[in-house]
Amino acid sequence: METKAKIRQFFERSLQRTDLPDDENIFAAGLVNSLFAMQLVLFVESEFGFSTDNDDLVIDNFSSINAIASLVDRKLGVTA
Amino acid sequence: MSGQVAEPTPQSQTELKTVKCVVWDLDNTLWKGILLENDQLVLADNIVQIIQTLDERGILQSVASRNDHDAAMDKLRELGLDEYFLYPQINWNPKSASVEKIAKSINIGLDTIAFVDDQPFEREEVQFVLPAVRTLDVTELSTLLDRPDMNPRFLTEDSKLRRQMYMSDIKRQEIEDSFGGSNDEFLASLNMRFTIAPAQEDDLQRAEELTVRTNQLNTTGYTYGYEELDFLRQSPDHKLLIAGLEDKYGTYGKIGLTLIECGPEVWTIKLLLMSCRVMSRGVGTILIGHIMNMAREAGVKLHSEFVSNDRNRMMYITYKFNGFKEVSSDGKNIVFEADLDRIPPFPAYVDVSIQS
Repeated sequence: METKAKIRQFFERSLQRTDLPDDENIFAAGLVNSLFAMQLVLFVESEFGFSTDNDDLVIDNFSSINAIASLVDRKLGVTA
Repeated sequence: MSGQVAEPTPQSQTELKTVKCVVWDLDNTLWKGILLENDQLVLADNIVQIIQTLDERGILQSVASRNDHDAAMDKLRELGLDEYFLYPQINWNPKSASVEKIAKSINIGLDTIAFVDDQPFEREEVQFVLPAVRTLDVTELSTLLDRPDMNPRFLTEDSKLRRQMYMSDIKRQEIEDSFGGSNDEFLASLNMRFTIAPAQEDDLQRAEELTVRTNQLNTTGYTYGYEELDFLRQSPDHKLLIAGLEDKYGTYGKIGLTLIECGPEVWTIKLLLMSCRVMSRGVGTILIGHIMNMAREAGVKLHSEFVSNDRNRMMYITYKFNGFKEVSSDGKNIVFEADLDRIPPFPAYVDVSIQS
């Protein structure tokens, strides 16, 4: 819960969306802006304290609140 | 672990990099005398000519002065010099903090900044905290314009307009900060026009300049000289495309470049770069999308070379997030392959025009 709340807060700030469902694909609409992609990855890394391997740097791991939360759980070794 | 972030930069001649911004002290540097001691201020010898020449060369300028902000700005206005300085830092903070803030605001590396100050203490303080910054004594003013690092190889249309383009950026930023809607709505309100065209002969100086100046949004960091680019643009086995951007506040100039090697079955993107000035405009990926469309039409696979360094991780993420997969990698040199079955559309907030 804590993890998802932090991620949602980031999206609220950067996308100005307050009603984002946990499973909505934020990249579905089109090309992914470089700056936003970078900010998102840096946010996840600094907020949760791990660095993302190149193998994990795929859009599917970052495309929704749920996807990011499960990446975070996996990286931090939390079992659901 | 990725490891790529920690790799040293491939640019070995860091100390020879052309200066992108000169940061001036005021008292006893830009002018003789001390403003707050009510001295009769006289401009330093030839200073106006030096400032104007740097400006024409496309070298940006700013101010780091420990002074009363309003009094110093009034004085600069009275001297007709205020318009030359971007993000002037006139406050009581350490000069290193001011220089760092300027670098961050303009979005350039500290190793492209020269700091001019008459006081050894200030120069040493900056040097100590920010070793990459070049520090110059005021006694070096007479030779400043002759220094190789103050002479960019080419003077292009874009370099002469550089300060004005940054000024427009500041204005856009102010409007963006006060804009209530979403980022997409803000971008749509800019009426951006993005153009992609094969590089012409008169684009080549700018193209070379882009390969040398662009670090962050650069996939390989390969640099090409004028003659090479002139050959490549006419070669039937290559495509050299240059991109431009303008919006309702004016032009950003030519801000993107790509070189594609066109084999019979595989096209390879050798170089893809975008000026960091357009980083927040969401247009960089339009060029990638366009290349993907071209490759699909030509019925070829699309590869892209990538050389990791400590600054271009954003480009790596951009490729990965736009569906490129690594097909080979030694950790530093990577080859990607694009998924041409899934080409994302151009963003709706930009008007894209493509010349062939």
